[in-house]
Amino acid sequence: MTDKPQRSALEISEADKAYWKSNVRIILISLVIWALVSFGFGILLRPMLSGISVGGTDLGFWFAQQGSILVFLALIFFYAWRMNKLDREFGVEEE
Amino acid sequence: MDQFTINLLFVGASFALYIGIAIWARAGSTSEFYAAGRGVHPVTNGMATAADWMSAASFISMAGLIAFTGYDNSTYLMGWTGGYVLLALLLAPYLRKFGKFTVSEFIGDRFYSPTARLVAVICLIVASLTYVIGQMTGVGVAFGRFLEVDNTTGLLIGAVVVFAYAVFGGMKGVTYTQVAQYVVLIMAYTIPAVFISLQLTGNPIPGLGLFGTDQASGEPLLARLDQIVRELGFNEYTAHNGDTFNMMLFTLSLMIGTAGLPHVIMRFFTVPRVADARWSAGWALVFIALLYLTAPAVGAMARLNITEQFWPNGTDGEAVSLETIADDPAYDWMATWQQTGLLGWEDKNGDGRIQYYNDASPAMQEKAAGEGWSGNELTNFNNDILVLANPEIANLPGWVIGLVAAGGIAAALSTAAGLLLAISSAVSHDLIKGRFKPDISEKGELLSARIAMAIAIVVATYLGLNPPGFAAQTVALAFGLAAASIFPALMMGIFSTKVNNRGAVAGMLAGLIVTLVYIFLHKGWFFIPDTNSFTDADPLLGTIKSTSFGAVGAAINFAVAYIVSGMTKPVPQHIQELVESVRIPRGAGAAQDH
Repeated sequence: MTDKPQRSALEISEADKAYWKSNVRIILISLVIWALVSFGFGILLRPMLSGISVGGTDLGFWFAQQGSILVFLALIFFYAWRMNKLDREFGVEEE
Repeated sequence: MDQFTINLLFVGASFALYIGIAIWARAGSTSEFYAAGRGVHPVTNGMATAADWMSAASFISMAGLIAFTGYDNSTYLMGWTGGYVLLALLLAPYLRKFGKFTVSEFIGDRFYSPTARLVAVICLIVASLTYVIGQMTGVGVAFGRFLEVDNTTGLLIGAVVVFAYAVFGGMKGVTYTQVAQYVVLIMAYTIPAVFISLQLTGNPIPGLGLFGTDQASGEPLLARLDQIVRELGFNEYTAHNGDTFNMMLFTLSLMIGTAGLPHVIMRFFTVPRVADARWSAGWALVFIALLYLTAPAVGAMARLNITEQFWPNGTDGEAVSLETIADDPAYDWMATWQQTGLLGWEDKNGDGRIQYYNDASPAMQEKAAGEGWSGNELTNFNNDILVLANPEIANLPGWVIGLVAAGGIAAALSTAAGLLLAISSAVSHDLIKGRFKPDISEKGELLSARIAMAIAIVVATYLGLNPPGFAAQTVALAFGLAAASIFPALMMGIFSTKVNNRGAVAGMLAGLIVTLVYIFLHKGWFFIPDTNSFTDADPLLGTIKSTSFGAVGAAINFAVAYIVSGMTKPVPQHIQELVESVRIPRGAGAAQDH
């Protein structure tokens, strides 16, 4: 990152705006998955998934009681990993 | 050694540990007091957040709620974990970048308005204090049961302990104490669950045992459970019986409330860097998930164990006899818990047996008439005793019961301490330093924080001693308030450059007041009994229960804030720049430490 000029913390460039756009896109994708596994698979879409059986019950029950929690975990770690990578791509990481 | 001595030993040893840590990690500066000097590792911080977050409600109450309702109460599991996704993606990194100590400080600066900060402080204090009252009540019940003292004495002992380490330790002390409390509470929750899962399914991991095979019947555990509760006239365990819309709204309210509770958000001020704030939320959820993936197994297995204890020969055979309950050591737990008044039975038809079934079910009423039963004879089974009584029901060794006692108390104490810290920093930092006496010395600020904490403990203990007859409602109010007031203000502060000072104040007030009024309309004004105009069985608006209203309050907050902002003066340039800078991690290290 030697070609980047030194900037103060408060100065906002076009690159920073592009960084924020990418961030918002990653957040939106993550939140769609967040809603799909909990409100979707766990509640609303459960009747449609009732054909898939899991240990004495159906897939929707598993999503409501355990599956959604596991997906939430994966989402947060994915977001942290992806954003830390994005920080470096845009050179906005902390010193 | 009798059970009382064992309980005393476990609870006493865990206390000695917490107090020792609090003294060792005593805070010397305001920075250490509020934010542990920002020197806390993400994993450590995650573990402390988990202990902070998992209260008596998670530890003592949740599995019982799931056990007796089944699938419909999955809302608690999804709601209380899903909020962490919102926290990690929408709030934590930006609030850490902003680099101040308190939630209201961010709101005050972002909306360039002391009024906004004041409104945020009020929301925060009301939400935290109501929540802490519930914890103190939980402390009293747990102490009362395990130390065999009355509720009042138990509560007073608990208050002294909370006071000792929260007041003298500050955030640094609380953080490390909470790590110890997490270890105690997760062991206390998991070990009995492993034993029970092994007994029932042969699988040592309870979360997997839940979807495993019931060894006694050879059928899947959940299928077996569905069958026996159906045969007794109850709703099937895995079936959906309630209202779908309310279920979704309730889940959403719990999620938003989680992300809006100040004592949890405050945790993310204590990590060194923005990147760490992102990881911290993930680690917190890892440690929370260890309990939350086990909780549905605890619920289902306990329901199966209890039902089979009352019908030892199957639902077609004879019910358990009164002699068995009196003489068989496997039923000792019933006599123990009967003393607390939270468990009761009565041989209504005088046949010397206790028939446990759903006497509201028409099919069962028909069967009862044929068999000569006179209604359900298990007259009282308080959901909240399930987790604490569980190891006794499963006949686990005495040390496991002692461990569960220490765990339940750890859960209640750690949350109470975190909430008290949030209240004290709001009073000393936001009210006294931020508004009334800006030139207060660091020492004076620290002193006022400790005085505020002491007052909050006294108020919470007093209200915990004289609960106005609400435990679950208190928690619902705390969540509803946080969801309707704090979360939307924080989110708009980061994701919008358009929402201005007036918009934010109007939005917070609208969300707060509408939610409060809706709750009071259903639960009674200021929770005074019989002053309510509606009930949750037949709510004012469609199927929306007062506990689910937080999400509606949040929507009102967003809408009002945008409309008012559109009609008033736009956000000044330097605030727009502030928002832009909060969005970029660069330069977080240079953030003001005061």
